Amino acid sequence: MHAPAHTASGSRELVFRAAGLTKVYRMGDVEVHALRGVDLELYAGEFVVLLGASGSGKSTLLNILGGLDAPTDGRVECRGHPLTGAGDDELTRFRREHVGFVFQFYNLIPSLTARENVALVTEIAPQPMAPEAALALVDLTGRMNHFRAQLSGGEQQRVAIARAIAKRPDVLLCDEPTGALDSATGVLVLEALERINLETGALTVVITHNAVIARMADRVIHLSDGRIAGEERNPVRAAPAELHW
Amino acid sequence: MSVLQRKLLRELRQLRGQVLAIGLVMVGGIGMLVMALSNYDGLADTRTRYYAEHRFAEVFARVKRAPLPLTEAVRAIAGVREVAPRVSGFVNLELGGYHEPITGQIVSLPAPGEPELNRLFLRAGALPDADDEVVVGEAFAEVHELRPGDVLTAILNGRRQRLRVSGIGLSPEFVYQIRPGDVFPDFARFSVLWMRREPVATAFDMDGAFNDLVLTLTREARTADVIDALDVLLAPYGATGAHGRDLQMSHRFLDTELKQLRVMTVLFTAVYLTVVAFLLNVVVGRLISTQREQIAVLKAFGYSRWEVGLHYGQLVLLMVSSGVLPGLALGAWLGRGMARMYMDFYRFPFLDWSLRPEVVLLAFGFALAAAVLGTVGALRRAFAMPPAQAMRPEAPPVFHHTLTERFGLGALLDPTARMVLRNIERRPLRSALSVLGIGLGIGILVMSGFQHGAIEEMIDVQFSFAQRDDFAVTFAEPTSSRAAQELAALPGVRRVEPFRSAAVRLRHGHRSYRTALQGLPEDGDLKRVLDTRLQPAALPAAGLLLTDYLAELLAARPGDLLEVEFLEGHRRTLAVPLAGTVHEYLGVSAYARRDYVNRLLGEGAALSGAWLALESGARPGVVAALRERPRVAAVTDRAAMVQSFRDTMAESILTFTLISALMAASIAIGVVYNASRITLAERGRELASLRVLGYTRHEVRALLIGELFTLTFLALLPGFLLGTAMCWLLVQGFVSDLYRVPLVLPPASFALAGLVVLAATAVSGLLVRRRLDRLDLVAVLKIRE
Repeated sequence: MHAPAHTASGSRELVFRAAGLTKVYRMGDVEVHALRGVDLELYAGEFVVLLGASGSGKSTLLNILGGLDAPTDGRVECRGHPLTGAGDDELTRFRREHVGFVFQFYNLIPSLTARENVALVTEIAPQPMAPEAALALVDLTGRMNHFRAQLSGGEQQRVAIARAIAKRPDVLLCDEPTGALDSATGVLVLEALERINLETGALTVVITHNAVIARMADRVIHLSDGRIAGEERNPVRAAPAELHW
Repeated sequence: MSVLQRKLLRELRQLRGQVLAIGLVMVGGIGMLVMALSNYDGLADTRTRYYAEHRFAEVFARVKRAPLPLTEAVRAIAGVREVAPRVSGFVNLELGGYHEPITGQIVSLPAPGEPELNRLFLRAGALPDADDEVVVGEAFAEVHELRPGDVLTAILNGRRQRLRVSGIGLSPEFVYQIRPGDVFPDFARFSVLWMRREPVATAFDMDGAFNDLVLTLTREARTADVIDALDVLLAPYGATGAHGRDLQMSHRFLDTELKQLRVMTVLFTAVYLTVVAFLLNVVVGRLISTQREQIAVLKAFGYSRWEVGLHYGQLVLLMVSSGVLPGLALGAWLGRGMARMYMDFYRFPFLDWSLRPEVVLLAFGFALAAAVLGTVGALRRAFAMPPAQAMRPEAPPVFHHTLTERFGLGALLDPTARMVLRNIERRPLRSALSVLGIGLGIGILVMSGFQHGAIEEMIDVQFSFAQRDDFAVTFAEPTSSRAAQELAALPGVRRVEPFRSAAVRLRHGHRSYRTALQGLPEDGDLKRVLDTRLQPAALPAAGLLLTDYLAELLAARPGDLLEVEFLEGHRRTLAVPLAGTVHEYLGVSAYARRDYVNRLLGEGAALSGAWLALESGARPGVVAALRERPRVAAVTDRAAMVQSFRDTMAESILTFTLISALMAASIAIGVVYNASRITLAERGRELASLRVLGYTRHEVRALLIGELFTLTFLALLPGFLLGTAMCWLLVQGFVSDLYRVPLVLPPASFALAGLVVLAATAVSGLLVRRRLDRLDLVAVLKIRE
């Protein structure tokens, strides 16, 4: 069990502030409203779970926070710098220097080994850790020279986490990181995420439709139909090992 | 090495099949380009050096007989640098053991102290030392295995004279050694002989005179002015009109050939570049769409658009450049071989062949151009694709009932066929692109087989249908019609058709053209003129018929009056109506009835020669009898000439057809193989799912291979149309007054192109079949599409 990261909101450092975010996709003739006015503040060191059914808009929100996508309307800023209206170069630099992504399907480059997948990021980040150190953080020192095809799903996701944290990001954004994994393997991955969160102090945002995972968060934000439907704080963060689904 | 570079190399290895296929296409394209260019450069450079070193003359004139001192007056013409008066004429030759008629053109060598224009290159032996010594042309010597010291017999002025070969030589004047009036060289039956002046002058009754004049000009001279001055000066001596290199027979053929090589180079390069660019477009476009997620990941982790664009740009460049060096090597090797083969026709003493740095640069430029043209779209997509969008799978395809089903024919299709058709229909643009790519492959296959058929058609029309004589006999001078009766009296001669041929200059408005006016017998059967439908046309009682191409050159229409200036006899100039046009593939001519030509010339029933038809078995006797006749200057054996041309051409045509067919086939295989690999990559999951559902390997194969064959069948017709269009372009580029290539595409050439592409499809099918059979069902299904 762990104490919540920060209790006094006055001492918390604001990382993201989003106001009135909307996002409308066009799929052929149909307009899809993925986000319908989201206001949100996220703080340094927090472990936040965005909970919602599929189609609730959580991936869209994550993509906008990570500078992968732009909202149709509304504003986002990161540490006081506006992301909305930023050009591609600025967003690229933002992602390169500050954001680590973890995807549901790991998205490792199949032609690169585990270490090289991590090096892909460390080569361009300003103050990275060594790829080996990042892999050690997820307990994969022994599998460094394996290709994607030689790794299990859980191992692949841990490589993806090592890849995301190797740049020492301020923000770790995880899109259904355990979505494709069984419960036991999922726990290993969550443990890795928690450790990173505690050791590096990176704001960690995990989106999931799995309510069990919400128990390990400082804060749980419910998304439904493109809106924030509710928010709660866990007085105590559950350890991943306590989680089962 | 950065990780991205490592990714690049590993993916290249993984894609080696496709890289090889693209490399093959590049090798084909660059090989063709380098072959054509280096062959052209080699021949052009060789010609330039040969002309310069052997001082090829710039102006040529013939007279009946002019006194030698007249050369001083010629030298005084402004712009003339050197003048070489010569004696030349035609003789019949005999070679021990060879019983065919042989024509020799004897040319006198300059006397000591005279300028050595058209200087000989001696391959063996020496220049003549004595009056009975000759240098013989290399091609003729090769055919008959003549060596210095050998002997041949010439009938000079009715007297048999033994001539000893002192040397074997070549001259820039006879790079293309051809009997005047012929279209094809016949090395066995025609040779140029060079002798000292005195014996030639004696034989042709030219002591103290000349009948042939060649000049070089000063740098600032205007050729046309010199020719005008020369014509005035030589007119009283029976001149037929001086001309520049442009009308010099050998130069003209060589020049036309080089121009056509140039056209072919440009055209083939354009076609290959288009095809290669198109293929790259398809392949790289699909490669990038299969890499959407990787692009998204790279961008998500902070790689900039430029870095991602550059990464894929490098991938494309490496793929493309894999074909550059082998293509260069292959093209250079073939280009050199082609140039050597050309030297069977065009006799140069040496070949200046080198691979110019420009050509190497151009090959790289070609690769780069193909890469840029072909991939700029796909690279731009990789560059611009927003990462969030790239992360999402592509929108699922929308399926419809196929056209066949909507027409109510669905019951005729089994489920496999239905799936194949729906797949092709669901991505109409992509399918259309594949069809177009395969169609281009078929098109260049059709084009590569085109030349052979076209040449056969030309020979067929000209030498089987229009001209049907056994021998064409040319008299040394216009002769009375008694000569024809004498020929008819020879045993074994079945039919004699006399003709009158005269050099003329035709004018219409400000356009003029120099050619031969041929007077044909009214009811001729051995030489016929053909109309546009290639049917024998009747000769008009009055007026001229012109080859349609010549009428176009002169911008004359039937009914127009042409000014005909005879370049011999009384040199009359008359206005003569154009009665109609005739269709010919070779050369351009004017035709009229013989009696009409005689009337125009203001002469009696004079003849220039006659066409003979022989009874079977009569040839040797007729050849021997013709040799005895001093007035017979030349005997042409039509069938033998065509045969010798075919023999000489056979090798080069076959080689060229084979090479271009191989290159076209390599392109076709490249297209089909890539199409199949990409289909497999895109549909692997679907096919594996079918296997999981219980489809057999065989049924799944049928789906993929069925799709490939369907695409190929769909490509056949567009491919044939594209091929026809490419051949049409080639034909347009080839038009010259020496010949017009007919657009003849025998069904066999389409069939062959279709078969090659179907075979390529089958091979590609076999290659992907191995991958298909090895599909890891579980792994495929675990990966998100």
